[in-house]
Amino acid sequence: MSPMPPSRAPKIAPATRRIAESRSQEDQTRLDAAMRGFITDFGPEAATWMEACLHCGQCAEACQFYVETGDPKYTPIWKIEPFKQAYNRQMGPFAPLFRMFGLTPSVSLGQLEHWQELLYDSCNMCGRCTMVCPAGIDIADLVEKARHGMFDAGLVPPDYLGALAGKERETGSPFGIAPNAMRDSLLEIGEKHGVEMHVDEPRAEVVPAVSSIDLKMYPDSIAATAKVLNHIGVRWSFMTKGFDADNVSLTAGDREGQKIVTEAIVAAATDCGAQVLIMPECGHSYTEMRWEAANTVGHALPFRVLHMSEYLAEALEAGQLHLRPVPKDGQGHGVTFHDPCQVSRRSGRSDAPRRIMQALGLDLHELADHGPDSWCCGGGGGVALIGRAKTLRNHAFDIKKRQVAETGADTVYVTCTGCRQTFEHGFKDAGAETGVGSLLDLVAEQLDEKEKTS
Amino acid sequence: MTLLDFARGPALYAATLIMVCGLVWRLTGVALLPFRRDLAASGPNAKGRVSGALWQVVSRSFPRRSFLGRTMVTVTIGYAMHIGLAVILLGGAPHILLVTQATGLDWPALPKGIVAIASGVTLVSLLLVILRRLTHPVLRLLSNVDDYLSILLTLIPVLTGILLAEETLLPYETLLTWHILSVEALMIWLPFGKLAHVVFVFAGRAALGARQARKGALQ
Repeated sequence: MSPMPPSRAPKIAPATRRIAESRSQEDQTRLDAAMRGFITDFGPEAATWMEACLHCGQCAEACQFYVETGDPKYTPIWKIEPFKQAYNRQMGPFAPLFRMFGLTPSVSLGQLEHWQELLYDSCNMCGRCTMVCPAGIDIADLVEKARHGMFDAGLVPPDYLGALAGKERETGSPFGIAPNAMRDSLLEIGEKHGVEMHVDEPRAEVVPAVSSIDLKMYPDSIAATAKVLNHIGVRWSFMTKGFDADNVSLTAGDREGQKIVTEAIVAAATDCGAQVLIMPECGHSYTEMRWEAANTVGHALPFRVLHMSEYLAEALEAGQLHLRPVPKDGQGHGVTFHDPCQVSRRSGRSDAPRRIMQALGLDLHELADHGPDSWCCGGGGGVALIGRAKTLRNHAFDIKKRQVAETGADTVYVTCTGCRQTFEHGFKDAGAETGVGSLLDLVAEQLDEKEKTS
Repeated sequence: MTLLDFARGPALYAATLIMVCGLVWRLTGVALLPFRRDLAASGPNAKGRVSGALWQVVSRSFPRRSFLGRTMVTVTIGYAMHIGLAVILLGGAPHILLVTQATGLDWPALPKGIVAIASGVTLVSLLLVILRRLTHPVLRLLSNVDDYLSILLTLIPVLTGILLAEETLLPYETLLTWHILSVEALMIWLPFGKLAHVVFVFAGRAALGARQARKGALQ
């Protein structure tokens, strides 16, 4: 429990403006919505973590927003402070005592507005703080719950995270791409790249979900998906009834939108009898489908959910994927690899991309902190989608930039669209010339059709 | 009834009752929340929930190497304080005697000199904890009344214990009385504030361990 006397409470400046869309709601109604949203999914696990904090401050040392800025307000556990206060007053085992003796001040809407920057702009939900916490508190999980509360109170940053989540809830896609438009785009990409596309087949063993961000920015990766699956020779198909793998709603804190997206993908994959659903190179969407989707739809999924890197590693192991080694660069720079937090640290699959890189014969120079210890790129958790967070995000990216430079590598490979975007923008803003590549795209380039036929 | 009689008698029983009931209440309040069965398929490197929980309880006691460069001071002070407290409680002859009288269990005491060094280390560590909370920007921001009260309630028994062992400054009986009363104050506050980490630190680790084991992502 964390009673905080008013004297030590942060000075809350009156909000300059209502950031929320739901401006017309009474403050109290919005506050109630925030607290309900926060505790809706509370079970013994989350409550234990709320009780366990020692205020040791070690989580700050694991967070690049604190490490790079030195500002204590970016201490991960501090980011949920208003919700800790509310928990103690309303839900904790000693809540009546806290209220009776005024041990914790009640939370105000102004306080939550003040905390918006801490909960959204400066948290990647990367879970590095979880890894250092001596009490095992999953702060990333608590931040996700706090975002549920913030969303319900209309306190999600509108540009662009809130706007994209709103569009996603409305249309099933953050960019409002309708299924028929998606179908046309996919076929067009196939035509342009000379790759046979399978879209909306009645039966398919393997269904790859699609990131709308890939569609907009990296269509080559969609072509690469098709090329690799054709090479493997599996019966596969994109399904436009449920394709949006971005699930921006998850990072915005919109549980309803999250559910709509998840249910659509599950239904589409189930209808065509899929055995495997491949999540594209997008970290948070993978976490949602891999670990939350079954709970969201209320039953075990009738198919396996694999990240693209897991699928490729399995195909390699099964002898279905044949790759030509990448020729060595003459100067021996080699390449480095950035682990996406959600796949590596949060899901324990640091091994899959390394098996692929080994098969490609890449001269891998590991970052000083890699695998589960890797620092987030700074764009995760929807931070890349918050326009005003750019300067802070670039600050957070500095640590990554330094570690990449230390390896001497001239290219960073990634297996996450969000990380790819953040790296590209981060290097560009810093004037660095380091290349950023998608591991999937590289695999598609190095397919060995001769070896396969022989 | 003298104050010492009160401290040894009714006060001790009351403090024990409050500590035990308070902890049970706090734990029950958490444990009785609705538990959601996880329907997601476990990961390819999954371990059992129970073994994951137990592994995490133990492994989190050791700092992860990748963080140590930045957390060394906190970790060192924390280790010094907790090891010191363990040596005092488990190795000090009067404490063993108390346990023996209550339960019949007995074990050899550590030499008085070692317990005295441990007491000194613990006291200095606790003072450093306060100093860091007052000066380190992160700790200053996070710290509240509960934090300072919990440290103070740990520090006073250590201090009165040292004076008692040395039989200095005040008469033995007076020191003993205040030592026992200060321990009882600690026991009474324990379930309500940060001192409850004696239970919740391990519960938190176990909860994380059980979850991550299922994913195959134990760290």
